[in-house]
Amino acid sequence: MRIAVCIKRVADSETRVKVAGDGRSLDDAGVKFILNPYDEFAVEEALQRKEKAGAGEVAVLALGGPAAQETIRTALAMGADRGILLQTDAVPADGFVTAQAIAQELKAGGPWDLVLFGKLAIDDYNAQVGPMVAELLDLPCVTAVSHLTIEGSAVTAEREIEGAVEVVQCSLPAVLTTDKGVNEPRYPALKGIMAAKKKPLEVKPVTLGGGSIEVLEMAPPPARKDGKIVGEGAAAVPELVRLLREEAKVL
Amino acid sequence: MSTVLAVCEQRDGALRKVSAEVVTGARRIADGLGAEVEAIVLGAGPASGAESLGGFGADRVVTLTADAFATYAPEGFAAAVAERARGGAVAVVCAASAQGKDLAPRVAAKLGTALAAEVTDVSVDGGALIAIRPVYAGKALLRVKLTGTPAVLSLRPNVFTPVQRPKAGAAQTVAVAASAGRVRVTATKAAEAGALDVAEAPIVISGGRGLKEPANFKILEELAHAFGGRAAVGASRAVVDAGWRPHADQVGQTGKTVSPTLYVAVGISGAIQHLAGMRTSKVIVAINKDKDAPIFKVADYGVVGDLFEIVPALTAAVKSHA
Repeated sequence: MRIAVCIKRVADSETRVKVAGDGRSLDDAGVKFILNPYDEFAVEEALQRKEKAGAGEVAVLALGGPAAQETIRTALAMGADRGILLQTDAVPADGFVTAQAIAQELKAGGPWDLVLFGKLAIDDYNAQVGPMVAELLDLPCVTAVSHLTIEGSAVTAEREIEGAVEVVQCSLPAVLTTDKGVNEPRYPALKGIMAAKKKPLEVKPVTLGGGSIEVLEMAPPPARKDGKIVGEGAAAVPELVRLLREEAKVL
Repeated sequence: MSTVLAVCEQRDGALRKVSAEVVTGARRIADGLGAEVEAIVLGAGPASGAESLGGFGADRVVTLTADAFATYAPEGFAAAVAERARGGAVAVVCAASAQGKDLAPRVAAKLGTALAAEVTDVSVDGGALIAIRPVYAGKALLRVKLTGTPAVLSLRPNVFTPVQRPKAGAAQTVAVAASAGRVRVTATKAAEAGALDVAEAPIVISGGRGLKEPANFKILEELAHAFGGRAAVGASRAVVDAGWRPHADQVGQTGKTVSPTLYVAVGISGAIQHLAGMRTSKVIVAINKDKDAPIFKVADYGVVGDLFEIVPALTAAVKSHA
């Protein structure tokens, strides 16, 4: 089974966000970067599928700056076989530009039985590159998969919708994006970390187009107005209810 | 006249509430650009409630019908929406709902353009379409200019308050030749009947580790019940990871993003990942025994103390005012 997993290097969710001097991006001084948590599910799923098939290859692909090599090494330490970095100065705000570059690389390196993505990256919340790549490669796609069965080439996936779970079917080859619940990602073992250093990692410089989303400004969200402690214990409840009714007008 | 497409949603033949929000957002863009709003609904037949969309600013309500559209058909829907957009749309507006998150990127890719996802505000400035979207778990907002033709956006649910318009649009039904495509929704396993989803409920009561054990969520369910079908019970990541509550109820960075009118955080300390999922709620109430818990920094109203005394008292008070 040939599986491609597309991953991203993102700022850790605990990061204190400081806007850079250009007023449009993250000041990354002192920021810890990690493998996007939803992509961990994608890497894990790929490894399990390859193990189950008994043969095949798991290639990880990232688009980003030189430091994304470190993120690829994390996936290699989990057990992926090789990495490809599409090296750019910055990940564009326009998800379609990213999708085009990834689709082109996947097409050149294909065919793939399965292409996996995390359902979204926790930095830009774009949640679009996976299904866009599927469109560009003309492959069926299921997004936000929280439970997955593959029998032969028959894919049955579950995805959460409002108040229900949708059961979705398609055939391989396919593009799937992974949500929490689909598996429990493994931690890289020391042996894996050592082995990852020797695994092939190809760096390919790419030049991206301008795209159709121009970032004008990045700013902190407006501060919530200062709240108040209404009181302590059950005795504070009548006053809380009064405030919710008369001041906040939500009851 | 150019058109702004408002992609509406129905389930089981009934229009979903988020549709009025989508039409409201589309109307705002159309007013700025001097365009018309065409609301489109996809289904096997007419959707009940579609006639109300004119009242939110749709100049036309077009129902695209095909047998294959009895359930959500990702590829069939995307092809039909993209086809409609190619007829001169300047913008395509979807909901960032479960369906919209799946559909909007497919439509954007078919149209060869980007998607501005999870938009929380839109405006038109000197003919340019400007959108605001949260990034870094809501810790920053991006102001972006959308230069694609059409521009494709998805609006975060519960953010755009539907605005009633005096003028009602004309309704028409257009049968389209469509196949479901290669990706088929074969079943929908509904949650408990009548249960509201945390992402859509106007009131969310969430519980964390302070509840001590899964059975104690009963007191939150009783409080939710006191609000008479308008409230849903959510959960922090800690209790979902512990298996106390299903992932579908999780509010936060690896769960759902909610913007209810009222959010009540019970026994939740307020980790940054939780705040990411609920900081845009209109009014936040925190109940926690630790007066230094970070949740009190975002709460409008805080009550310090034993939640096992406070929550039942609140339930009784809500019931007596109902």
